[in-house]
Amino acid sequence: MKLYFHYLSLHIRERMEYKKSFLLNLMGQFLGSFSAFLAVYFMFERFHSVEGFTFSQILLSFSVVLMAFSLSECFFRGFDVFSTMIGNGEFDRVLVRPRGTVFLVICSKLQLDRLSRMLQALVMLAYALPRCGVEWTLPRVGVLIIMIGCGMVVFCCLFICGATLSFFTIESIEIINIFTDGAREFGAYPFAVYGKGVLRLLTFVVPLACFQYWPMLWLMQPESPLFYAFCPLFSLLFVIPVSLLWKLGVRKYCSTGS
Amino acid sequence: MGKTNALGQYLTLFRIRFIAGLQYRAAALAGIMTQFAWGGMTVLLYRAFYQGDPAAFPQSFEAMCSYIWIQQAFLAIFMVWGLDPEPFELIKSGNIAYELCRPVNIYWMWFVKSTATRLARAVLRCMPILIFALLLPRPYRLVLPDGGRLALFIISLLLALINIVAFTMLLYISTFYTLDSTGLRSLMSTLAEFLSGGLIPLPFFPDSFQRVLSLLPFSGMENTPLQLYNGTMTGADAVFGIGMQVFWAAAMIGTGTVWMRSALKNIVAQGG
Repeated sequence: MKLYFHYLSLHIRERMEYKKSFLLNLMGQFLGSFSAFLAVYFMFERFHSVEGFTFSQILLSFSVVLMAFSLSECFFRGFDVFSTMIGNGEFDRVLVRPRGTVFLVICSKLQLDRLSRMLQALVMLAYALPRCGVEWTLPRVGVLIIMIGCGMVVFCCLFICGATLSFFTIESIEIINIFTDGAREFGAYPFAVYGKGVLRLLTFVVPLACFQYWPMLWLMQPESPLFYAFCPLFSLLFVIPVSLLWKLGVRKYCSTGS
Repeated sequence: MGKTNALGQYLTLFRIRFIAGLQYRAAALAGIMTQFAWGGMTVLLYRAFYQGDPAAFPQSFEAMCSYIWIQQAFLAIFMVWGLDPEPFELIKSGNIAYELCRPVNIYWMWFVKSTATRLARAVLRCMPILIFALLLPRPYRLVLPDGGRLALFIISLLLALINIVAFTMLLYISTFYTLDSTGLRSLMSTLAEFLSGGLIPLPFFPDSFQRVLSLLPFSGMENTPLQLYNGTMTGADAVFGIGMQVFWAAAMIGTGTVWMRSALKNIVAQGG
């Protein structure tokens, strides 16, 4: 952990060398997610509700997804540049170091610029909390925190998944973006909006709905079954197949040699 | 060297880039699948809104689906953020000095290269998506318009391509002043994407917004061709839309060439 903070401070100092660009980047990221917010806002100006969800309720799901995403992206997106690490043979250096491979890849890149996204998620959450019609008791706040925490783990798993694919393909693969960037964009709305098939897929295969739609349902309708509240914990099972896949990838890895 | 020769140079550059762009078939396949999933999710999202309140929909649901599929099929053209990393690296590393030695106008060289890359990617990707989308069941499928509208769409699409490349050229040139332009890049490309109708179609914006946006260059980068395709922009609006595209293309290319000249006058090649 101490080592991680050392890396963290290195990355922060590096970014601060280009202050103007860093600030513009922050703004760019902010505008990026802010335009997504505006899109939702404009849609609700016109339609007022979707599938029974109001604007504030949508903002709740949006902020949970955005917060989970930006947290994991900020610290775990080293996996985003993983294909270049494989491509230029840098991963060989990682393998000879006396630390876990996952840990070292995480340390290789930190994206502090993405903090602006989290800021926006916080603002939206602050707006949505009193307005979404949920009476906030201690267990409900607990569930909300678990939703964000488990969401972060799921996104991390997805980033690792995407990186693992590049063990087999060398080039980076766009497909995983459906579940990372796509989940961020489409996760603005509760996944039930997309129909039963999609909801089932996102519950049992890629557990994105487990930390978003199901526990939200429990928050909003107290009469719904209690196990909905524990769905986020179910999503943690996703760690198992992903870590197996990663191990398989590392074992199969043969250096590109450059 | 005659005028025709100079033109030939650019055509050759275009051809090289275009053929190179056609080589990335695996990446294209992955891209196609991603875009198909993306389009599908978007269709499902708008279906939910449509079922909630059909009257509030600015166009028919069928037209909306066609809009989404055409957008996905030609995403390689529309995506402002899909910038060519080469000029940025050239400027940052100082290798721009080599480019300056070449007997070609650097503005037009980059312009032609970017255009070719975008066009090649779009050509490679559009067909499978269009065919898939045409085969989908009724309300979700892509509807083909009549010949006249199709012709207007293609003209407008090419104008949109020119507009987008002219806009990205301004981003490239700004790198001469900022060196590390990732911030500005992401800022401007998200702005352009949102205001051109990349996130939600412009007809879903409030009316007052729409009126302002129709005067800005962004509308012509994506909204105009898609609305022409759908037949939601006809008559005087269509003439105005295409007119704005021509105007902004000329304005941005004009600004770009002048700006490039003044940037090159003050250039300091980065060493290393």
